Amino acid sequence: MGNPKEKTAIIGLGATEFSQNCGRSELRMALEAILDAVKDAGIKVSDIDGMVNYSMDTAEQIEVVRQLGIPNLSFFSKAPYGGGGSCATIAHAVAAIESGMANTVVCYRSIRDASGPVTYGDFEPTRVSQDVYMGMNHPYGLLTPVSWVAMFAQRYNHKYGIKDGQLAHVALVNRENANRNPKAIFHSRSLSLDEYMNSPINVEPLRRHDCCLSTDGAVAIIVTRADLAKDLRHKPAYISGAIQGMSTNGEVMTSYAREDITVLHEVEAYGKKLFEMAGITPKEIDVAQFYDAFSPLVPMQLEALGFVGKGEGVDYIEGGHRIRPDGELPINTSGGLMSEGYIHGMNLIAEGVRQVRGTSTTQINDIEYSLVTGGLGVPSSGLILRRR
Amino acid sequence: MVKYSEVGVPTPKPMMSQDTEKFWRLLQEEKQLHLQKCNNCQTYSHPPRVVCSNCHSFDLGWVPSEGKGVIHSYVIYHRSVHPGFKTPYGVILVELEEGVRIISNMVDCEPHEIEIGMPVEAVVDQVFEDTALVKFKRINN
Repeated sequence: MGNPKEKTAIIGLGATEFSQNCGRSELRMALEAILDAVKDAGIKVSDIDGMVNYSMDTAEQIEVVRQLGIPNLSFFSKAPYGGGGSCATIAHAVAAIESGMANTVVCYRSIRDASGPVTYGDFEPTRVSQDVYMGMNHPYGLLTPVSWVAMFAQRYNHKYGIKDGQLAHVALVNRENANRNPKAIFHSRSLSLDEYMNSPINVEPLRRHDCCLSTDGAVAIIVTRADLAKDLRHKPAYISGAIQGMSTNGEVMTSYAREDITVLHEVEAYGKKLFEMAGITPKEIDVAQFYDAFSPLVPMQLEALGFVGKGEGVDYIEGGHRIRPDGELPINTSGGLMSEGYIHGMNLIAEGVRQVRGTSTTQINDIEYSLVTGGLGVPSSGLILRRR
Repeated sequence: MVKYSEVGVPTPKPMMSQDTEKFWRLLQEEKQLHLQKCNNCQTYSHPPRVVCSNCHSFDLGWVPSEGKGVIHSYVIYHRSVHPGFKTPYGVILVELEEGVRIISNMVDCEPHEIEIGMPVEAVVDQVFEDTALVKFKRINN
């Protein structure tokens, strides 16, 4: 088997503004973000011969190709399972480029989670469940992502004796980072520990400020062969590893049949392979963008990826000093899904690239390795980028 | 405990497929919780499946369950997302003695009284005219 290590690189980033009412279609935002990424990369639209987006995206690839006049795609795919597919889009691109199916692949996600007809935070009362397990859960009022994660979190808190408020620093550090990022939705709004503690409980044990922020926006990212990446506008973000993970006995966000529901099994499994691919250990990661749809998922990821031992994740984030920009492992430097915006994880990949380029609004010094993770509680994905 | 609102918006009914409808049919017709059990290797499954994940036999039967278990985890909805459910309400994850887990509600205790480790037993709640739900009550020692 060939090792894909650093034979591909991310060369272009594009995005719309992030808002709570974009006033236009997901397709239009996708087109804006892709054109922005093409310009950023310094390539031509006609150079694109591969395309990957999420299975949930309404901005269809055939429309994007038609409207941009892209001549031919020789590879196209979709990454499933919501935010779990974020880094998977890059993994598909790497697989396509490595196999020779394509040279230059655009990955994108366009979403109207704040103003569109389908939002992930709420439940449509007239909806009929299509999945076996959701059909088992919905009649009991277990309806929304925050409750699906809260079920894991309650058991996690019980197992490790976590008290109310101990997760606050995920939200607070995210907000501090967003306050330095003019593109973040919460750029101009600070968050204090008192405000966090006084915020309403959505689904116990999770408060409003433990949850990500419904957002409208699109992000596009261009991946190409490493040898084509060298003389473009930006320093390439070389892809050291990109991978997906699906473990047994899972469901989409309600994998409660597994023996230990305080462990993110798919992350544990993909993490081992991802670090092997990159040839490094967690200690060598300089900055991380953890998928932070809900705050307990950050300590659970620290444990699943081997940054800390089982049950040590909350101690690690407490007080925030280890995860701030001057800490051992700075995280979510653009504000993350909680405070920059929820582009279903695609914005975290963009920030992972900016850290390698040296253009983040919370730039970490001397970056070599930058980690990004995909959505949790679902089949997931991960990515390691390198500056060299 | 879940309390339903009288708002004319019904709560979601169980979704059934060719592979799962027997779970709900047995609950409605026999008024007792039944679980899927492999006739070859005796492994229990829930939610229902087509093939035994342990031995890959398609010969899965249905057996009555005592319905006894303990609360493995729970959540409490404080913010309403469906007009049919009155907040606050609790949703529980029960680990049954057969080794499988099931999502449900308590029928006899308030949300703040729910605790991990609480022993519970199944009751049948005729929520819909043609479909019953399995719910749980406390076992008092």
